[in-house]
Amino acid sequence: MTISRRKFMKSITSGAAYLTVLASFPKMVWAGWNKAAFESDSYESALATRYPGMPVEDSTAVTLKAPEIAENGSVVSVQVKTKLPDVKSISLFVKNNPTALSASFNIGEGMKPDVKVRIRFGETSELVAIVEAGGKLHRVQQLVKVTIGGCGG
Amino acid sequence: MKIKAKEKKGIVKVKMLIKHPMETGRRKDADGNLVPAHFIQQLKVTYKDKTVLLAEFGATVSKDPYLAFSFSGTKGDTITFETLDNKGTSEKADAVIK
Repeated sequence: MTISRRKFMKSITSGAAYLTVLASFPKMVWAGWNKAAFESDSYESALATRYPGMPVEDSTAVTLKAPEIAENGSVVSVQVKTKLPDVKSISLFVKNNPTALSASFNIGEGMKPDVKVRIRFGETSELVAIVEAGGKLHRVQQLVKVTIGGCGG
Repeated sequence: MKIKAKEKKGIVKVKMLIKHPMETGRRKDADGNLVPAHFIQQLKVTYKDKTVLLAEFGATVSKDPYLAFSFSGTKGDTITFETLDNKGTSEKADAVIK
């Protein structure tokens, strides 16, 4: 059987495309870090960059657990959980930090919408938890006071 | 990475601690020089070839990040954890569900 030039070129190019996909795959998996959102200095721009054009409403279906007074701003334990169905992601914002978006959790297969993480507060600030579910953003916020002197006052 | 994964009634509770400096890039050392940013940006948790969690971290996550979460899984199975920091360093660890 003879192979026409056209067929030959076709097989070569499709093979090359396949190889490129294979080679780039490990990097694609890591492509998710939202640089623009994490580097936004204000809460408003970080939120708009992380969740462009999505409606936000205050919610009672989300539980945010954080200390009212944190003696050490560099380690503040925060928990967010909800009973809302179809949760796609949970994000934490510290309004007064130099970069407001602290962490964002993309909820995958089988994961419960319940996360606990330790984050930093540069100073006393409003902490905002956003739960993305059902095409909407559910918001809960709380003030966390940070004692800089460390005297517990 | 220190990982504990415990199953109870089909729900696996994971608690983990990742050793990492998590430098924000804003801190100055003793000589007044800025310490360059060095922090974990992503953590991927895989169970049975599926991504359970893809966490994105900013520089404001505390040093040696601690994380707790839960998912549906079975005792004896393995979960895989992979981190990637802003310098491109990746770390991988497995844990068996107890």
